[in-house]
Order: sequence, then structure tokens, then C-alpha cells
Amino acid sequence: MADPAQGVLQRSVENDAIQKTGRRRWRPQWTARMALIPAMTITIVCFYGFIIWTFVISLTRSRLLPVYKFTGFDQYVRLFANERWWTSMQNLAIHGFLFIGGCMVFGYLLAILIDRRVKAEGMYRTIFMLPLSMSFIVTGVIWQWVMNPGLGLQEAVRALGWDSFEFNWIVRPDRAIYTLAIAGIWQQVGLCMALFLAGLRNIDPNIWKASRVDGIPVWRVYLHIITPMLRTVFFTVFILMSAIVMKAFDLVVALTGGGPGFSSDLPARFVVDHILNRQELGLGAAGAFVLLCTVIAVISPYIYFELKKERGGRGH
Amino acid sequence: MRYNRLALYGLLILAAIMIMAPVFIMISTSLKSMDEIRNGSIFALPADPGFAAWGKAWFGDCSQALGDQCGGLSSSFLTSVKIVIPALILSVGLGAITGYALAAWKMKWANVMFAALLVGMFIPPQVTLYPLIIMIRELGIFGSIPGLILVHVIWGVAFTTMMFRNFFKTVPEDLLKAARIDGAGFWRLFWHVMLPLSLPILGVAMILQFTYIWNDFLLGLTFGGRSGQPMTVALNNLVGSQFGEKEYNVDMAATMLTALPTLAVYLLSGRLFVRGIAAGAVKG
Repeated sequence: MADPAQGVLQRSVENDAIQKTGRRRWRPQWTARMALIPAMTITIVCFYGFIIWTFVISLTRSRLLPVYKFTGFDQYVRLFANERWWTSMQNLAIHGFLFIGGCMVFGYLLAILIDRRVKAEGMYRTIFMLPLSMSFIVTGVIWQWVMNPGLGLQEAVRALGWDSFEFNWIVRPDRAIYTLAIAGIWQQVGLCMALFLAGLRNIDPNIWKASRVDGIPVWRVYLHIITPMLRTVFFTVFILMSAIVMKAFDLVVALTGGGPGFSSDLPARFVVDHILNRQELGLGAAGAFVLLCTVIAVISPYIYFELKKERGGRGH
Repeated sequence: MRYNRLALYGLLILAAIMIMAPVFIMISTSLKSMDEIRNGSIFALPADPGFAAWGKAWFGDCSQALGDQCGGLSSSFLTSVKIVIPALILSVGLGAITGYALAAWKMKWANVMFAALLVGMFIPPQVTLYPLIIMIRELGIFGSIPGLILVHVIWGVAFTTMMFRNFFKTVPEDLLKAARIDGAGFWRLFWHVMLPLSLPILGVAMILQFTYIWNDFLLGLTFGGRSGQPMTVALNNLVGSQFGEKEYNVDMAATMLTALPTLAVYLLSGRLFVRGIAAGAVKG
């Protein structure tokens, strides 16, 4: 009775029985459910569980280690009274506006240029997307050198004879934040270009034929006909770039280190700094949660449309 | 009309020069001596190009060594390789299986779970950083390569699942039905039908995951500790903490060395990278 071989035999007989009675799909379905366990665990525990955990920590007075003595929303009060936090939020707004705007404008222009049936199109595309393959750390270090006030671009232009040329933004507290946008746009403009180009290539060629017959100048076709048609692409690019901006940590670390002072600090760096280095766990967690709320506010329309599209797609 | 074409090419070439200039400056600076850097323009070609700075960036400067550490990037390069290969295989493999299970096997909660995963892709890593530190520490793998591999799998699975799930959704239902009637179970359908179909998307996912993991900084900084420092973290330390006079040629050589693997993958894979980057852009 306790013979294991007997058990195996018994089970295989049962399986045969299941298969013969037409319930054979039960077993693979069960395997499919098992296969989802690792990813499901990660999603539930490491994404949503940890978000809740971070929120709970933000309600405590935790400093070096988590202590579960609740102080209500004190950490949020402290956060919003914190000057560095406001600087970093303000910087996020400035950087976000310049970076997203710059990437979209230049990316769209480059896509239009390439869309005009140029020779060696592949070469330009490869060049424009080259920085994308590099790390933000690499980008930051390169641009820190290019913008070095002593030996970089400023000195190179002065050596050409323009003695009063000034480009020392990276060491100026009131300008350092703009250097982030320059390096960021350089890195990400290729992605915007690729997305816009894909959109342009999907435009019905008859629109071009019709506009040629009507004698409408090319720039007006782009401005008044093509651009409105690409609004979903613009929307997607905007969301993607926003997601990048709000996570921006590496670039600011490598390019300016948040400085001079905290003049080019960003919220993502504020959070990491308070959690890892400053033993202000509760405050960092509060910052992280505010950051998350900002992300949710921006991406929820996108997720909504993605899921709606999904539902519509299954209809036919 | 001809002037238009001329202006068109002019603008394209100008843009290409502006994108390539920093890359050119990086390479040319790395080949110069410090004297030449101090006295010349960043745009000037190296008068006497040499790989001295590259050697120093790779092996470190053992005359200023602390213990057996010479400070070069070679050891962190190895660390990065040891992280990236297992993390790549595990995250892409798990994503393929999960995406396949979600797409090909009708389950009640499949769409809810997929939506939950999709949202997870947008969560800034800072939000879950501390709980993740505690988890990795409790598992006893904090500050080690296995710890970093696990963290990369956790952060990568949402993206790889999305890619595979969206691809497998396009496989015709009839094909799946036929295979099931022939008696193919979960794994047989996966290995013999779905995986061979998904080779292009597998390539895209591998290339992008390689790029993301290699280029990661935050996770390496947080979870690597001293023994698990990946190349990006080592580069940032090298550039940030030189004693005495800064050696820009060594900095640039180190930057180039860090960028080379992903740059090579990009240039060799060409179209696959372009195809995938749109789908993978959300991960940023």
C-alpha cells in the first residue's frame, strides 16, 4: 500500500482516465498557473507589497532603520518644509519641460528630415540613435568634460578668438539645471526620432498625393495635416519621456552631482540620498511616495488607453 | 527645389555632427597626453595618439595602489559580465514563459495580472528600493553578485513579459488549438511551437536587456557593495574621486571602455535594436 511505485502507477491510470473522459486540458492549465507563480510573486510582493511598505515607513519616524512608531503625516510635513525638496521639485519641472519639449521638437524635426526620402537614411538613423545605447553615467561623464569651464567647449571657442565667450553653466548654481537638459536631449532625441519616424511611415501616401495636387507647401502639410494625425504618437512619446524624467538619477549624479550645492538636485536623487546616505529613512520614503504619486498622475491616462485599446482589439 | 534638398542635407549633416561631436571628443581625448589636453582645444585631433590612458583606465595605477587594488576598471568589467549573463538569461527566460502563459492559456486573471505588471514597469525604482534592500539582506546575498542578479531579474521581468506576451498574442488561435488537439501540453507547446516562432522577439529582448543591465547604475550602486561593483559604478567612482590632478584622458578612456560593450551590440544588431527600443522605451 505504501509502495511509491504503486502510487505512480495509480496516478498515471488516473491521468489516462481523465484524458479519456475529455478532461485532458485540466493538467496543462494547471502547469500554466504554476508557471505564473514567479512573475506573480514578484509583481505582488516586490512591486505592490513594497510600495505599501514604503508608504508605511513614510508614516513612521524611522531614521537609520525602520521603526514602526507611527507619527501620522509628520514626515510629509517635514518634506514639504524642506528647502532642498522644493528645489528638486522645481528642478524636475524645469528639467521636465526642457527635456521633454526638446526631445519632442528635435526628435520630430529629425524624423521629418529623414522622412523626406534622403539618401543614406540608415546612416543618419544609426548616428541619431547611437547615444541611446550608452549609459546615462557615460553620457554624464562625457558632457561633464565637454562643458568643463577650464578646458572644455568654453576654452576651445575662446581659443578661436571669441575671448568673451562664456559657457560655464555647469559650475553656476543658477544654470546647472540646464546642462542636464542638454545632455539628456542628446541621449534621448534618437528615441523620439525613431518613434515619430515610425508614425510618419504609417501615414497614408494618398495624403501626400492629394496635397501635391492641391499645391499645398510641404511645411503646411506637416503642420496642419500630418501633425494632428500623429497625436497618439505624440502622446506616447510624451509619456515615455515623462517616465524617464521622473526616474532621472544616474544623469544628475554623473553630470553635476546635484550641484553646485543642491542647485541641480532632482527628487529621485533626493530620495536615494536620504535613504542610503543620510539616515533619514522616513523622509526619503515620504519623498519616494510623493514621486510615485506624480508618476501615477502622469501615466494613468496612458495605461487607461492601453487597456482600452486591448479590449477593443479583442472584439474582432 | 534644389535649394530645398541642399538645406535638407545641410540640416541632417549638422545634426549628425552635433550628435557625434561628444563621442569624437571622448575618443580623441582618451588618446591624448595630459600636456596636450591642457594646451590644446577639445576639438583638436590627438597629435601623437597613444593608448597610455586606456591602459591606466583598465589596469589602474599600481604605484598609488591601496593594498592589492590598483583602481582600474578590469575587475568591475568582470563583475559586470558575471552579473549581466545570468541576469539576462533568467529575466528573458522568465519573461518568455510568463508572457506565453498569459497569452496562450486562457486564465481568469490573466488580463488583470498583465495590467498589474504593465503598471509595475513605470514604478520608479526609488519607491521600492528600501524594502528590496531588506529582502536581499534577509536572503543573505546583499553586496554580492547573486544579489544583483536577483534584483535585475525582479526589475526586468515586467518588461520582458510585456514583450513576449504582446508577441504571443499575435500567434493565430488555430495554431494553438491544433497543437493542443495533437496532445501538446504546456511545455511541449512552448518548446516546439511558441519559442521557435518567437526567435526575432527573443533577439530583441536579449539585446535590450543586455543594454539595460549593463547600463544600470542605481541598482549596482545600492546592491553591489564592495565586491559586486559593476562597471558604471566603478566609472563614476573613478571620475569622481581622483586624488591630485584630474586626468581627463584616463576618465575618457574609462568612459569609452564602459560604453564599448553596449555600443558594439548596438552597431552589430542594428535593426533589431531599433525595433525593440520603441517597445522597450518605457523602461528608460
